[in-house]
Amino acid sequence: MLITCPYCGPRDVIEFNYQGDGNRQRPQLASQDLDAWNAYVYDRLNPAGDHNEIWQHSGGCRAHLRVVRNTLTHEISSVAFARGDHKAAMRHKAEGKS
Amino acid sequence: MAEYSAFSLLKNALTGNRDWKPAWRKPDPKASYDVIVIGGGGHGLSTAYYLAKEHGITNVAVLEKGWLGSGNVGRNTTAVRSNYLLPANTRFYEHSMKLWENLSHDLNYNVMFSQRGCLNLAHTPAQLDDFARRGNAMRHLGVDAELMTTAEIARLIPALDVSGTARFPIIGGLMQPRAGTARHDAVAWGYARGADRRGVDIIENCEVTGFLRDGDRVTGVSTSRGEIRAKKVAVAVAGSTGRVMQLADIGTMPIESHVLQAFVTESLKPFVDTVLTFGMGHFYMSQSDKGGLVYGGDLDGYNSYAQRGSLPIVDEVMSEMLALFPGLARVRMLRSWGGLCDMSMDGSPIITTGPLPGMYLNCGWCYGGFKATPASGWCFAWTIAKDEPHDFNAPFTLDRFHRGLVIDDKGQGATPRLH
Repeated sequence: MLITCPYCGPRDVIEFNYQGDGNRQRPQLASQDLDAWNAYVYDRLNPAGDHNEIWQHSGGCRAHLRVVRNTLTHEISSVAFARGDHKAAMRHKAEGKS
Repeated sequence: MAEYSAFSLLKNALTGNRDWKPAWRKPDPKASYDVIVIGGGGHGLSTAYYLAKEHGITNVAVLEKGWLGSGNVGRNTTAVRSNYLLPANTRFYEHSMKLWENLSHDLNYNVMFSQRGCLNLAHTPAQLDDFARRGNAMRHLGVDAELMTTAEIARLIPALDVSGTARFPIIGGLMQPRAGTARHDAVAWGYARGADRRGVDIIENCEVTGFLRDGDRVTGVSTSRGEIRAKKVAVAVAGSTGRVMQLADIGTMPIESHVLQAFVTESLKPFVDTVLTFGMGHFYMSQSDKGGLVYGGDLDGYNSYAQRGSLPIVDEVMSEMLALFPGLARVRMLRSWGGLCDMSMDGSPIITTGPLPGMYLNCGWCYGGFKATPASGWCFAWTIAKDEPHDFNAPFTLDRFHRGLVIDDKGQGATPRLH
């Protein structure tokens, strides 16, 4: 399986480290909503088909990537930097939204 | 249906083997049953068998999407052991071991259970200490375990590289002498025949496409062969748990499906007569009665429903084998295959009532489901018949994750690919 890193180009899967389900939403650190924390830690969509997941190019540029991969065929339909998500979340926070 | 015995073998041999009957019928589904078991693998079939045998519930259907035993019961590396650390796991798997020890007689079907022992190799003093602790925990609960020295291991397995210059020198090991292997297909066939003889309908090529509901309550299933109603619907579908639960509108589960590969070499003369595990990676091996070395390693490491593996793991598993047995460098691998593993969040299974009324759930076997086949069915049948768990499976609930009662034998946390 090849993953096309947006920075390094197509690379063998052995250069990457799988970080799991990318759909999970971590609650705000101060949150005391136990159900939300439990869902974040333990519950998975586990789809047979397109799966939104996080990989790190640990054997390359070390960027975290958001990958959409089909779990039946291993076909990858999109790869993007995951840090875009992070920046959006920080912006969201800076603008005072919860 | 005739008993299998030395006498019936002889009689049929003398009459040209023309009178053997099929081991199970091929019935059409009835309109309704007392219990439907979804999944005709080892666990589904053993559940049906023990429902009939232990609880007298014989109006049961086992629904299988493909053919009987086409999933993990025919894809695993056949090891049977009960060498766990945590009491909940040890008690459950030891119950399974005791059922294994009498299984061929119980089923009147030779499952070729061979108690050849399972040896975990240690490569560091800390690891050997950890094994001593686990061995003590096992013996505390009445399970057999013995620490072995390198010299004893070298006598047991002469081909093993026990030299100090090995990449990961072996400094000892933990042996469970009563562990071993069984013929995996025979386990599926034996349970199927045993259940069928007690009146269970085993319905192959019957895919469940949805659940029939009355409010929250599950009242049956819709299938590729029509609607079937049942008072109780039990789900035992291993790697397909997520897909089947989504048919019941349960969107998330504490389960990820991963692929695990297994391999077999060409046949060799007797080479290793125990089940062996490598301690500095993830590798396990035994030799089949036919002579092939049967072995495997880690999961591919990312969610998969593909039932086939990728090359990096093939490479890793072979290098681990050669680290232990340099002499196998020129042995040819004949086949490799993959199976779907329902990896739970703590590495332990789920055998429970619910999560919906009228539904029962058996899943989360990670890649240790084969050895659990007898106890899984035995406990699941108890849970279905009595609407409450047996002591053996009471800890294996679905809500234990949210209640902080995880059973994490390996201490890996909620990272399913590492269990």
